[in-house]
Amino acid sequence: MDPSGEIGQGLKSLIITAFGLMLIVVIPVIVMTILFAWKYRGTNLAAKYTPNWEHSNVIEVFVWAIPCVIILFLAILTWQTSHEYDPHKPIASDEQTMTIDAVALDWKWLFIYPEQGVASVNELAMPVDTPVHFRVTSATVMNSFMIPSLGSQIYAMAGMANDVYLEGNEIGIYRGRSTNYSGEGFSEMLFDAHVTSVDNFDAWINEVRQSSESLRFQGNYQDLAEPSIAHPIEHFSDVSPNLYEDIVSSFHSGQESQEQAGSHADQEQSMPMSAQAAE
Amino acid sequence: MFGKLSLDSIPYHEPIIMVTAAVIILGGATVFGLLTYFKKWGYLWREWITSIDHKKLGIMYFLVALVMLIRGFADAIMMRTQQAIAAGGAEGYLPPHHYDQIFTAHGVIMIFFVAMPMVIGLMNLVVPLQIGARDVAFPFMNNLSFWLTVAGVVLVNISLVVGEFAKTGWLAYAPLSGIKYSPDVGVDYWIWALQISGIGTTLTGINFFVTILKMRTKGMTMFRMPIFTWTSLCANVLIIASFPILTVTIALLTLDRYLGFHFFTNDMGGNMMMYVNLIWAWGHPEVYILILPAFGVFSEVIATFTKKRLFGYKTMVWATVAITILSFVVWLHHFFTMGAGANVNAFFGITTMIIAIPTGVKIFNWLFTMYRGRIQFTSPVLWTIGFIITFTLGGMTGVMLAVPGANFVLHNSLFVIAHFHNVIIGGVVFGMLAGLTFWFPKAFGFTLNEKWGKRSFWCWLVGFYMAFMPLYALSFFGAMRRMQSYEPTGWQPLMIVAWVGAVIIAMGIACLVIQIIVSVKDREKNRDLTGDPWDGRTLEWAAASPPAHYNFAHLPTVSSIDAFWEMKQQPGGFKRELAHEFEDIHMPKNTTEGPLIGLFAIVFGFALIWHIWWLAIAGGLGIFVTFMFRIFNSDTDYYVDAAEVEKIERAYYKRLEVQV
Amino acid sequence: MATDTLKQHDAHAHDGHEHHDTGAIKVFGFWVYLMSDLVIFGTLFATFAVLLSGTAGGPGASDIVELPLIFVSTIFLLVSSFTFGLAILAQTAGDKGGVLKWLAVTFLLGLGFICLEIYEFHHLIAEGFGPDRSAFLSGFFTLVGTHGLHVSLGLVWILIMFFQISKQGLSDVTKPRMLCLSLFWHFLDIVWICVFSFVYLFGAMS
Repeated sequence: MDPSGEIGQGLKSLIITAFGLMLIVVIPVIVMTILFAWKYRGTNLAAKYTPNWEHSNVIEVFVWAIPCVIILFLAILTWQTSHEYDPHKPIASDEQTMTIDAVALDWKWLFIYPEQGVASVNELAMPVDTPVHFRVTSATVMNSFMIPSLGSQIYAMAGMANDVYLEGNEIGIYRGRSTNYSGEGFSEMLFDAHVTSVDNFDAWINEVRQSSESLRFQGNYQDLAEPSIAHPIEHFSDVSPNLYEDIVSSFHSGQESQEQAGSHADQEQSMPMSAQAAE
Repeated sequence: MFGKLSLDSIPYHEPIIMVTAAVIILGGATVFGLLTYFKKWGYLWREWITSIDHKKLGIMYFLVALVMLIRGFADAIMMRTQQAIAAGGAEGYLPPHHYDQIFTAHGVIMIFFVAMPMVIGLMNLVVPLQIGARDVAFPFMNNLSFWLTVAGVVLVNISLVVGEFAKTGWLAYAPLSGIKYSPDVGVDYWIWALQISGIGTTLTGINFFVTILKMRTKGMTMFRMPIFTWTSLCANVLIIASFPILTVTIALLTLDRYLGFHFFTNDMGGNMMMYVNLIWAWGHPEVYILILPAFGVFSEVIATFTKKRLFGYKTMVWATVAITILSFVVWLHHFFTMGAGANVNAFFGITTMIIAIPTGVKIFNWLFTMYRGRIQFTSPVLWTIGFIITFTLGGMTGVMLAVPGANFVLHNSLFVIAHFHNVIIGGVVFGMLAGLTFWFPKAFGFTLNEKWGKRSFWCWLVGFYMAFMPLYALSFFGAMRRMQSYEPTGWQPLMIVAWVGAVIIAMGIACLVIQIIVSVKDREKNRDLTGDPWDGRTLEWAAASPPAHYNFAHLPTVSSIDAFWEMKQQPGGFKRELAHEFEDIHMPKNTTEGPLIGLFAIVFGFALIWHIWWLAIAGGLGIFVTFMFRIFNSDTDYYVDAAEVEKIERAYYKRLEVQV
Repeated sequence: MATDTLKQHDAHAHDGHEHHDTGAIKVFGFWVYLMSDLVIFGTLFATFAVLLSGTAGGPGASDIVELPLIFVSTIFLLVSSFTFGLAILAQTAGDKGGVLKWLAVTFLLGLGFICLEIYEFHHLIAEGFGPDRSAFLSGFFTLVGTHGLHVSLGLVWILIMFFQISKQGLSDVTKPRMLCLSLFWHFLDIVWICVFSFVYLFGAMS
C-alpha cells in the first residue's frame, strides 16, 4: 500500500493502529497455544495435571477483561475515525473544492466536469492539493468508485447520488477502478487518475476542449452507455447541461426515462441516500 | 414445449465443461453399473435412501459434502490457475463468461453444499446421541430436508452441463442478478437451487430445535448439555430466524425476474440497497450457523484429548448465546461503502467488534482447557490447535475490516477474500474435519487412519497459509476480488505462490480421500468394539459403535455435565453389560415420500429454470400428491419388540467379549 | 409438517402417555414453524415500508385502498377465526359432527375472504395498477398476496382435515393436526390485523 493522499495515509495509519492493538491479544494467544501444547503434551508426565479443574474466577476476569479493554479502545477509535474519514465529509483546505461527477457505465467510467463543462471517459485529471467532491452514480448495475492510492471508495448506484471527497497530494498517475463486481467487463473497468499541477490541469482541460466530440444526454450519451469492454479514452469538449442530474433522475420513474427526461423535475423523488436498515 | 431449453443450451464448444461432464457421466455410469451388478439397489433403497435414521442421514449429508468439496475445489484451483496466468494483459485460459460462473459456483457450492451439509450432517450424527434420544423430533421431515438439499445439489450440477450458472457472485447482488442484466438461466439455477435447499435447511432448523428442547433424556437439564449440542441449538435458532429472510429475498428476486416486479430494479422505484441489506441480514447469521457448531466440535475434542473438563463451561455457553444474538446486529459491516452516515457505520463497526469479545473468551477457554492437561496429539487435536492459531489471525483481520475507515480501502479487495477463507477454512473446515475424525468411529465402528489424517492436516495448514497470506499482501497493492485478469505484472509472483498453496490444499484433500480408503481397508485392524475409542466424556460414547438403530436399548439417566465421563468415574467404573430386561421400542418407519418429494422438487426447479410451465405444474402436483400420501399414511411407525432388541444387544456384547 | 411419527422415550411402559407426548411435540414444532413464518412476514412488512415511496409516478397507498371492501373481508376472516375456535371446542367435547360443521363454516368464510382479495387484485390489475407498475405496488401485492397464499393453503388444509376427520373421526392423528391448523388459522388472523392496520388503514390515511 502506497497512499499518496492525506486520506489514504490516514487510513493506512488507522489500519496499522488497529493491527497493533489487536496484536496485544493475538500474540499472547499464539504463544500460549504453542506453549501449552508443548508443555502439557501427553508424554510429559512431569507437568501438572488437574483433570477436574474447570473454573477460576481470576482467569475468567482476565479473559473477559482483556478483550473488553482492547475492544473499548478500538470502539473509540472506530467512532472517531468513522466521522473523521466519513466519505461524505468535505475536506478542509485553503483551496476551493472542485466537483467532478463520476458515472459508472458498462464497463467504463464517465467523468463530467460540471464547472468546466467538459467530460472524459476512462481518464480523470485533478489538480494537486485541491479537494475534489466526487459525485458518484451509476447508469447500470452497482459499482464502486475507487482510486486506491487516494483513499476511500464509494458505491455507485443507479438513480442515487452518492459522493466521496478525495484529494491528491502528490503529482502522479494513479490507477482507479471499479471494485464492485459488475459483470463481464469488470476486470478492465479501469481508468487513469492524473493528479497534476494546477497549470497542467488547465492544460488538460484545454486539451479536452479541443475535442470535436460533445456529449448529449438524448444523443450520443445513450450510445456511450451501451456495454463495451476496455473502452478507449474519450474526450468531450461540451456536455449537455445537467447531464449528471439527467442520468440520476432517468431511473426515478420508468415511464419517462428516455423520452421526457428533460422534465425530470416534476417527478423527481428523493431516493434514500444512505443504506437503510431493512430490519 | 421445452420453454427456453434447446439442444443449443449445452455448451459443446467448451472443452473443459465437456470433459468434466464426460467424467461425471462415466463415473455415474460406473456406480450405476456396479450397483446393478452387485444387486445393491434394494439395499441402497431400504437402508439409505428411504432411511429416517438420523445417523445414516448424517453420513449421507457428509458424503454429499465431500463430493461437493471436490467440485467446489476444482473451481478454486481453476480460479487460482487463471489468476496465476492472467497478468499484464494476458487473458489466461478462462474467458470472463466462464471465469465469472466459476467464482460464483465456488462460493455457492462451498457455503451451501459443502459447509452446510457438513454442519448439518454432524448435527444429525451426534446431537440425538449426545442428548440420549432415539431419533429426532420429526424423522420424516429429517429425511425430507436431506433430499431437498440434494435437490439443490443436483440443480447446481445440472447447470454445469445444461445452460450455465449465475455470473453474479455468490450472493447475486441485484440489479446485476435482475432480468435486465442477467437475462440467461444462470441466476435462475442459483434461485431454485438455493430456494429448494434453503427450505430443507429451515425444516432442519425447526427439527433440531425441537429435538434439543424436547427430546433430552432424563436428568439432562439445559446446563448439562454437551457444548456441541449447545452450539447446535444456537445454530438452529439462527437458522429458524435467518433462513426465512433468505427465502423472502430469493422469492422477491424471483418475482422481479419472472413476473416483472420492481423490488430491486434500477427504475420504477426499485431499491437495490434493500437487496443488499436483506441478503446480509441472512448472510451474517449464516456464517455463525457454520462456525458455532465448529466451536462445539473443538470444545468436545479438546476436553476429550486433554483428559480434562472443559474450562469455563458456563462461560462457553453464554459466549455462544451472546454471539447468537449479536450476529443479527452486524450485517451492515458488509457494505460500509454503500454510503450510510458516519453514525450508522460506526454503530455497526462497533457491534461487530463486540462479537470479538465472546469469541476471544472462547479461545482463552480452549487454551485453559489445555492448561494442566494431558494432551494426546491425535489428528482432531492437530486440527484444533491449527484452528486456534489460524482463527485468531482471521478474527484479527475481521476486526480490521470492521473499522469503517479501514474498510473504505479494504472493501472488495483480496483482503476480504483472505479474511473469510481465514475463518472459514481455519474455523469451519478444520472443525468439520476434526469432527469427522472424532465421530467417524461412532458412525462406522472403526477409527480413521491417523497417519493420513495428520498428512491431510499439514497439507491443509501449510496450503492455507501459502494460498491466502499472499492475498492479504496483494490487497495492499490494490488487488481486488473477482478479477478475471489484471494489469500489474508485479502481482504475478504472489499469485503463483497462492496457486502453489491451492495445490498443497489439493494434496490435503487427496490425503483425506486416501485416509478414508486406507481406513476402510484396514477396518478390522481399527475396530472400535467398545463404542468408546477416545475415552470420551459425553453420552454418544456410551452407545455401541455404530449404535443400533434405536441408539440406546435403555435410555441413560444424566446427573452432570460430561455425563459419560462421570459414569466412568463412579466407584467400580462404567461396565458394559447386558441388561436383564428389555422392552419394546417405538421407532419411525422408513419413508418413500421424502426422496420422492426431493425428486419432484428437482423436476419442479428445473422446469421453472427453463420456463417449461407444464412440467413445473407436473412437478408441483407430484410434490403435493406425494405429500398427501404421507398425510394419509397411518403406517409410519412400529415397535421393535423386546426380543429383537435383546437379540441385537446380545450380539453386541458377544463381540465385546470376544475382544476382551 | 404435522405428519411425523414420533419416537417415545419410554414406549412400552407408558403407552397411555405416548400419544399425548407425541401431539405435544408436534404442536410445539408447529409453533416454531410459525415463528419462522413470522420472520417471513416481518421481512415482507419491512420491504413494504421501504418501498412505500417507490411509486414511480403511479398510485400510492391512498389511491388503491378501498376500505369498505377490506372491512368486509376483515370481518370474514375475524369471524372465521371465531368459528374455528368453535370447531376446536367441539373437538374437545368429542363432537365430530360439530367439528365438521364449524370447519365447513370456517372454510366458506375463508373462501369469501380469498374471493374478495382476488376481486381486489383483479380490479387493480385491470386499472393498470398491477405489481409490475411500481416498486410500491410490487411490495403491496407481495405482502398481501403472501398472506392470501397462506390463507389459500389453510383452505386446502381445512379440506384435507374435513375429509380425514369424516373418514377417520377424531383420532390421535387428526386431533394434533387440528390443533396445528387452528394455530395456523389464528396466526393468519393476527398477521391480517397487521396487514389491515399498516397497509390499509395507514394507507387510507396517508
